[in-house]
Amino acid sequence: MNIDSIRNGLVIDHIKSGKAMEIYHYLNLDSLDCQIAIIKNATSKRMGKKDIIKIDAEISVDVDVLGYIDPNITVNFIENGVKVKKLHPELPVQITDIIKCSNPRCITSIEQDIHHIFKLSDKEKGIYRCIYCDSTPKVTKE
Amino acid sequence: MRHLIDISDLSVTEIDELIDVANDIIDNPEKYQEKCKHKKIATLFFEPSTRTRLSFEAAMLELGGSVLGFSEAASSSAAKGESISDTVRVVSFYADIIAMRHFKEGAPMVASMKSDVPIINAGDGGHNHPTQTLTDLLTIKREKGGLDNLTIGLCGDLKFGRTVHSLISAMTRYKNIKFVLISPSELRLPDYIKNDVLEKNNVPYSEYTSIEEAMPELDILYMTRVQKERFFNEADYERLKDSCILNSEKMKFAKEDMIVLHPLPRVNEITTDVDDDKRACYFKQAKNGKYIRMALILKLLEVE
Repeated sequence: MNIDSIRNGLVIDHIKSGKAMEIYHYLNLDSLDCQIAIIKNATSKRMGKKDIIKIDAEISVDVDVLGYIDPNITVNFIENGVKVKKLHPELPVQITDIIKCSNPRCITSIEQDIHHIFKLSDKEKGIYRCIYCDSTPKVTKE
Repeated sequence: MRHLIDISDLSVTEIDELIDVANDIIDNPEKYQEKCKHKKIATLFFEPSTRTRLSFEAAMLELGGSVLGFSEAASSSAAKGESISDTVRVVSFYADIIAMRHFKEGAPMVASMKSDVPIINAGDGGHNHPTQTLTDLLTIKREKGGLDNLTIGLCGDLKFGRTVHSLISAMTRYKNIKFVLISPSELRLPDYIKNDVLEKNNVPYSEYTSIEEAMPELDILYMTRVQKERFFNEADYERLKDSCILNSEKMKFAKEDMIVLHPLPRVNEITTDVDDDKRACYFKQAKNGKYIRMALILKLLEVE
């Protein structure tokens, strides 16, 4: 299968197989009118199968949020057809309005217009906690 | 401007200073009679309380200040659907400091994000209760002479017991502390406290389901009530409510200098025959609550 190379934009690579659409939605890519290629189940020596997203536009991406969704992702920045930068996202220290707290006892369950904020409490295990009630998600996405 | 939302908002040094001020207030109350003249505290209690609300109000009155507020959500604009953010924005026009209790976890934190005056968490659901912890620490220091080298038994509802969660957070910062957790399996301490607080700080703990087994090694027995208001299901409450009861028979297994604490109110988890035991310190503890809250109000209002 051939997909045209991009001139200026991003290649989000090493996405866990099956997670590409999740990232597509998180990044609101459906709001862009540039060419976007979503490649599912591409062959990978390291991962067996992987997903890839190619975006033919220079957009601003919160790389660390991608790290929360899938810490193995790599983000390649392309200029004039050449890869100029490659980033491995870190787990973000804090994520805001990416996931919702599902604890029915949490103030987020009733307060209007509240930001849903989670902080990284255990980097090794990748555990996040709601800053209001300390519960770990069981999260639901926005 | 400082708030007190979680006990960890205060350093060990600051807690020691608060305890020193509280002890000085106990010894020299006249020195503090006018320290908060013309200052007002708003007690916003969205959930019922006797001791905590009255002790905050008594604390401010004894400092020469005045009080305003409400004692249940039904008598506030919350009943009309007003948000915490809006309530606090408005009340901070009328008061110099706010003590808030709310049935939802994290409500005082939300308040602190919107308030122009200091917010004190006076209990948020089953989450935290830092001023009860300050009360506990003052009582432990006065009764045991210090806050190091203690084996502390925590008994009852350790799952929803916010006083227990805050006390553990505070005590792990002192030397040679060991916890003995006594509860039915359904009301065990949440994993996030075991993992993030106890294990992370290498604080040893053991778990029991009956008081008698644990009693001989304890320096402090901290009893808690199984709280009906934390259960979504009444049948679960009925099944668990009598699971940990302390009586004078069980006190025979305890050390001579052990102390019994309880944040109160009690229902039946400490039988009244224990009240006359010299080791029962829960009423002294309630009394100390006013003094430590006086010290806290002075600190947060930056009154010298």
